[in-house]
Amino acid sequence: MERNDHQRIVITGVGLTAPNGNSLPEFRANLLAGKSGVRDYEIRYFGKTYAGLCDFDALKYQKRKEVRTGTRAGSIGVYCAHEALADAGLEIGRDFASDRIGVFLGITEHGNVETEEQIYEISKYNYQVSYWSHYHNPRTVANSPAGAVTVNLGITGPHYCLGGACAAGNLGLVTGMQQILLDEVDMALAGGVSESPGTFGIFAAFKAENSLAHDAPSAAEASRPFDQKRNGIVISEGGAVYVLERLDHAKARGAKIYAELLGHCYNSDATDMALPNAERQAQCIRKALANAHLRPQDIHIVNTHATGTLLGDAKECEALREVFGDSCPDTCINNTKGFIGHAMGAAAALELAGNLPSFQDNLVHHCLNVEQLDPQCALPNLVLNAPRSVPCVETILNNSFGMYGINCVLIVGKYQ
Amino acid sequence: MTREEIHSAMVDILNDIVEDVDWGSLEMEENLKGKLESMDFLDVIMELRKQYGVEVPEADYPKFATMKGCVDYLEPFLSSK
Repeated sequence: MERNDHQRIVITGVGLTAPNGNSLPEFRANLLAGKSGVRDYEIRYFGKTYAGLCDFDALKYQKRKEVRTGTRAGSIGVYCAHEALADAGLEIGRDFASDRIGVFLGITEHGNVETEEQIYEISKYNYQVSYWSHYHNPRTVANSPAGAVTVNLGITGPHYCLGGACAAGNLGLVTGMQQILLDEVDMALAGGVSESPGTFGIFAAFKAENSLAHDAPSAAEASRPFDQKRNGIVISEGGAVYVLERLDHAKARGAKIYAELLGHCYNSDATDMALPNAERQAQCIRKALANAHLRPQDIHIVNTHATGTLLGDAKECEALREVFGDSCPDTCINNTKGFIGHAMGAAAALELAGNLPSFQDNLVHHCLNVEQLDPQCALPNLVLNAPRSVPCVETILNNSFGMYGINCVLIVGKYQ
Repeated sequence: MTREEIHSAMVDILNDIVEDVDWGSLEMEENLKGKLESMDFLDVIMELRKQYGVEVPEADYPKFATMKGCVDYLEPFLSSK
């Protein structure tokens, strides 16, 4: 069914912070240059590990008091939202009424960092709960990061966070699109955020599952999806927030258009709390393609979710093999986590951002740290070792999968 | 602690909590209401607890309406410190 410009949703602004870049141009340049953002990291109780940490200036858009009383995820959201609005050339009140703007941010988890911090704090006072912070509730409510964005920017439309495990970044984008199409808002600030390196529990739990990256020759080599020597996830923080608006509005104001949201699907494995299900992932990809009215061979880049775990990467490859097979010569497959680790709730949104410039430069960024490809992951057109120049990029399919078998696939297209 | 030292301690606490008020040059009788949000005030109470072991019951919060009120209230607790 042909959609008119009022029913077509486009991306007109991108704000992000990644472990290897605090803007889309910087992030993209470092992906093409093969620069990792993963560092050595030490966290209390757990000890030494690796993490992807961001170095954006939180005080660029927040007062010191906002940073002190808020959360890291909130600061990331505020930074990304401001950057996205500036990138889109938008002013709240001038281009959109503040009550017609919504904020929808995906999160894998929220509140662990703050809870651990308070338990540590009261441990200094013999666990007397009178020393527990009065900021604990506003910091840990599930809408906290999105709410921080509305308070900082004076946005009076709806806001909430999408609890979608590691599929949350895509879920944020899909929700933003849906809220516009439902006419709840005219513009959405949508994407995902992660503050997960601040909680020792996530490191300890992944280690207990034998899913945490360890014993790498260097931090930069720790995250290695698809490689034979991969041994787990690198936990990262970050965020990516997009300005979404209707195509007719974007055209009317002469906006730069990064991409159009063409289709999506979200579904559930319904099989296990942690283990992925390739059959259901494949179904999710197929449904997203159908939703976008595209065939597998119409996709030019598949950005994989692969996190560097032995099982997860192999299962995703199984799903991709089932959908794309050997008959999609123009479909390149890549992965972003080798560069930045797993940015959890921000992962899908950040990874999509890293690929958007392909619509202009026709370069597909490569997978980092694949020295010896795992035969189980040997997909056709997997881009390894160096970026690949291709004749044209008009479509990107972005995979994201999370615990409890939540899958969310988003397809975006070059606007033309 | 002398009254001056208690005043100085209060200024230090307030400076850490609200950055855009010149707490040191505030008149002693000037009302603090409007300069401190409710959560800020709870920060003050928490810092007194953490830094000086002073427990302020909610019924006594109104006594912190001015800088002089703060010093008056804290003096019996802190004069021996």
